[in-house]
Order: sequence, then structure tokens, then C-alpha cells
Amino acid sequence: MIQQLIEWLADPAHWRGPDGIPTRLLEHLYYCLVAAGFATLVALPAGLFVGHTGRGGTLLVGAGNALRALPTLGLVTFLYLVVGGTQTATLIGLVVLAVPPILAGAYSGVQQVDRRVVDAAVGVGMTRWQRLWQVEVPNAMPLILGGIRNAVLQVVATAAVAAYVGLGGLGRYVLDGIRAVDYPKVLAGALLVALLAILLDVVLSGVQWLVVPAGLRTAGVGDEGRRRPRRSARREVRGETTDTGGGRVDGRAGHGLRKR
Amino acid sequence: MARAWGARLIEFQSVTKAFDDGTVAVNDLDLAVEAGTITVFVGPSGCGKTTSLRMVNRMVEPTSGRVLVDGRDVRSADPALLRRGIGYVIQHAGLFPHRTVLDNVATVPLLGGWTRRRARARAAELLEVVGLPQEVGRRYPAQLSGGQQQRVGVARALAADPPVLLMDEPFSAVDPVVREGLQDELLRLQSELDKTVLFVTHDIDEAVRVGERVAVFATGGVLAQYAEPPELLARPANDFVADFVGRDRGYWGLSFVAGGALRPDEVETVTVGASGVVSGDEWLLALDEDGRPRGWLRPRAVVSGPLSEQELEPGGSLHTLGLPLRGALDAALSSPSGRGVVVDRGGRAVGVVTAHQVLELLAAERAATQARPEGGR
Repeated sequence: MIQQLIEWLADPAHWRGPDGIPTRLLEHLYYCLVAAGFATLVALPAGLFVGHTGRGGTLLVGAGNALRALPTLGLVTFLYLVVGGTQTATLIGLVVLAVPPILAGAYSGVQQVDRRVVDAAVGVGMTRWQRLWQVEVPNAMPLILGGIRNAVLQVVATAAVAAYVGLGGLGRYVLDGIRAVDYPKVLAGALLVALLAILLDVVLSGVQWLVVPAGLRTAGVGDEGRRRPRRSARREVRGETTDTGGGRVDGRAGHGLRKR
Repeated sequence: MARAWGARLIEFQSVTKAFDDGTVAVNDLDLAVEAGTITVFVGPSGCGKTTSLRMVNRMVEPTSGRVLVDGRDVRSADPALLRRGIGYVIQHAGLFPHRTVLDNVATVPLLGGWTRRRARARAAELLEVVGLPQEVGRRYPAQLSGGQQQRVGVARALAADPPVLLMDEPFSAVDPVVREGLQDELLRLQSELDKTVLFVTHDIDEAVRVGERVAVFATGGVLAQYAEPPELLARPANDFVADFVGRDRGYWGLSFVAGGALRPDEVETVTVGASGVVSGDEWLLALDEDGRPRGWLRPRAVVSGPLSEQELEPGGSLHTLGLPLRGALDAALSSPSGRGVVVDRGGRAVGVVTAHQVLELLAAERAATQARPEGGR
């Protein structure tokens, strides 16, 4: 089986044309970026607004959970049928799927910023806008990006399944392979989806490292071992490992988010 | 008090704050804070002291009444601009964890439109003012001790050189030794920079230590007494204040009684290291070669060979000549010989006093001045 998989992947014919691996990979990537991008455009401002003002938190959490509870494939199929068999319908389904984690990350990220820090931001004379951009967003960055990473992973996986209702992308290999009883093709499709997911996550974790202010990354180091409540909150949104260990602090300074 | 009262810089005029659930946090507060002083709001939790403080920079809006800063109703100013002109220090400092210490301190100048370079230069200056080494500026708040964080908090509040400083339980989260250091530092800063400081604490010791005037708040947001510390300790306005000030207030009040009239007695001394020392019926005060007290030699002691510190009883606390009488009484009470050692500013023994002498002096002073005692710190 592995042998056949390797042969399938090594076949130059599978690397050319509209059904070739590069084309399918780019298609898949395109769906993910479009879906995650639109979801971010919608969910990030909403999450930041609710987190900042503290208004509508219950509503937001409820709506987020309701969205999460929707069976993804069912939703995508439903939209496909209702909106009328276009690719756009399927993409809307993926956007809906990506919204809850981003919303939750942005909302809880801003919410969990230390009350005293927010109080100080008000007290030194920041306007609401300055408080949001200079204090709340930088401190919420780990959770915001955690939410986005989570959303991207879900979209990568679901976009493969959504090939069932007319999308291209890597899911085609799986579906077409099953139809044609071509198991190496099925396996190759599955493998490529997994690889793409891992690759995107690695890239995003790199982005996270660059964008999370150095002061937060070094938090907990050299502070008499005081524990940071922030880290457990971060894991709630997604179980990623945070980069707080080791390393000289001074060497890392300068990767902060202070300049926008 | 050493300072003449200045203009009224902060004024509360019939200020009441009631929250939506009906609780009255501050009840008809009338109070004026003089320019250039440290005024402390003290009271049990829920007495409205923090709420009152936060009304000065509009973090809380009064339900009725007015708060004036420098003669102007704070409600006539834009909240953000008002706050940039008033330093604000809170418990745990509330530093921005994502910014370096230097950028934390530079916050208000940057909000005020200074260039980054100029704001940072100013911030570096302030680190020095609050007694922090320059390299701390490159660190992040999480890498500092609690005391250092609090100093940074003060530096941040001072950065735009505001005339008024609001401090909300600024030192409550640090351990007692560090707290005392920070309090001294605040007194030093205040004497150098001449700010008007409004300071909230629940700790009456701290209030009396740093405050030139102390406002005691009672539960329900009522101002129970507003007075200078000696007055507060000597004549509490009611049972609540007396209770709050505590049982030791009589002894404590001696902190504000000048000891200038104290005339120490002579005492027989020996020098550590001297040979063949024999004491008579009296305790002998042992000094080192520079005249600093090292301890006491018991009566009827015979020392063979040179006198070493092992043969001495450890001495009590020392009273520095000219400081308030509390130190003199404590020196007498804590000394094994019953006589407290009085030293000069250089730490050299100049004589001894008994508790009896201190009490006589007090009685004489009380008889002479029935008016308020001369304060001094």
C-alpha cells in the first residue's frame, strides 16, 4: 500500500494539469485563505468589540456555541443546495465554520487582560481607542492568534470534505479515488491535506512568535517562578505550546508588536 | 508642621456617590487638599476612600456635588486629557506587561505627543529619580520584584510632571520591609518634587507615616475625621476613629513629640578590648573605639583579660538626639539596664535616659503647651 502510494505520488502525470497536485494544492490553499480571511474580517472586530466593552458577551458565547454545534458537512451541503450549487455557497459554509474559534479567541483574549492593567490604561489617560490598540490587543495577541490557528486547521480539514459538494482542492483525490476504487489516490489526498495542515500551523506559529510582544513571551521567566494565569487561558482556546521557556530575554527584545 | 498650608488644589464639595444598587459609597464629602502636601484617605474596606480618589480623575463620576482640581470642575475637562495631567499609581502597579519598563514610564509623554526619543530620555531620567538602575529600563515588568514594579509605577505617574499624584493602595502588595523603603522614598520624592499627593490606604500605620493630613473614612462613606496625624492620635473625633487608630496610639503619638528638650545623663563607660574591667553596683556602657555603643556590662562583673563582646548584654534600641520622644522611651524600655542609650547623628553615645525622665519631660511639655503639640518627622 505504501509502495503504491509512493508510486502514485512519484508519477509525473499526477503533477500536471487541472487535476495535478500543484493545482489542487493551490485550490485548497485558496479556499482556506479566503474562508479564514473573511471569517477574520467578521469575527475579529466583533470579538474585540465585545471583549473591550464587555457588552453582549453572553450573546456572543451563545451564538459561538450554536455555530460550533452545526454539523459542518450538513451546513455546507445545505448552503450548496439552497444558494444554488455555486462554489461561493460552499465557501460561505467554510467561513461560518471558521468564525467561532476566531470570535472566541478575540473575545476571551481581550477579556482576560488583567483588570489592573486596563484600569491603569484608563488612569494614565488613554482614550478607548488607544486602550484597545495599545494595551488590550497586544496583550490579547496569544489568544487571538490561537483562535485563528484553530480556525485555519478546521477549514483545511473541512475543505477536503467539502469537495463532496463541488469544491476542487485536495478533497477531490479522496472522493474521486473512492469512486474509482483507487486507494493510493485516496491515501495521497489524505496525506497531502494533513501535510498542508501541519505546514500552515507551522507558518502561523512563526507569525505568532513574531507578533506576540516579547514581554508576554518572557512573562514568568525570572519572576520568582510566579505562575501566569494567562497560559492556561491560552490553552483553553487551543492546545498549543507557548514559547516561554529558556532563552535570554535581552536577545529576544525587539520582536515586539509595539510599532504597527 | 514645617510647611505653611498652600492653596486648595483639590476640593470635594458636597460629593455623594450612590451606586445603582442603592449603596452609598461616599456620603456628602466636603474636603480640601492643600497644594504640596501628602493627604491620606484611610478607612476600612467599603468606606468610599478609593471611590473618592477615583472621582478626582473621573474614573468615577459623582452622583451629586462637585470635585474641583485647581479651581476647575473636573467634569468640564475631557477625561483622557484630565488624567494625563494627574499621576495615577495603583496597587500592583498595573504596569503594561507587553512594554519594557522604559516604555511603560514613557507612556504618558507619548500620549501627549512627545517623540519617542524624547519620551524615552525623560523615562530614563525618572528611573533614576525613583532609584532604579538604568538597565532595568530594558526589562519587562514580569522580570521585576514587586517593590521594583511599584517604583516603576511611581515613575510612570511622574513622567509628565503632573502637579497632582493619586496613589491607590500603592504599597499594599509588597512585604513590610520593602513597603517601609517605598514610603521613605515617597517622602523623599515629595520633598524634592513638591507634588500634591492623594494617597489611599487601609493601613493606619502607613497613613500616619506618610500623611501630612489624614482623612479617616467610616463605613458608609462618611468622613469621620480630617486632621494632622498628631491630632488624630491625641484627640480622635469619635469612638470609630479611636478604635480604628488602635490601642497603641498613646505610645505612637510620641512619634510626633519633639525630643529637643531631652537632656541625657552621664553614664560610666568602658571600652571593648580594655583589660581588667571590674564593674561596681551600676551597669557599665561598653563602647567601641569610636564611641559607638556595643552593649552593657552587668553590675559586679569581673572580667579577666581584655573585655570582649561575649561578656556584654546586648543593648536596647538607640535614640538619636533630637528625634521625637518615642525613640527615647523605646530605648529606655528595651535596654537591659533600664537606661536608654542616646547617640548623636554619627552614632556615638552621648548619654543615657530613663523612662521616668521621658515621662517627666512629657508631663512638663503638656503643662506648658495645652495647645497642639509641635509636629515633626
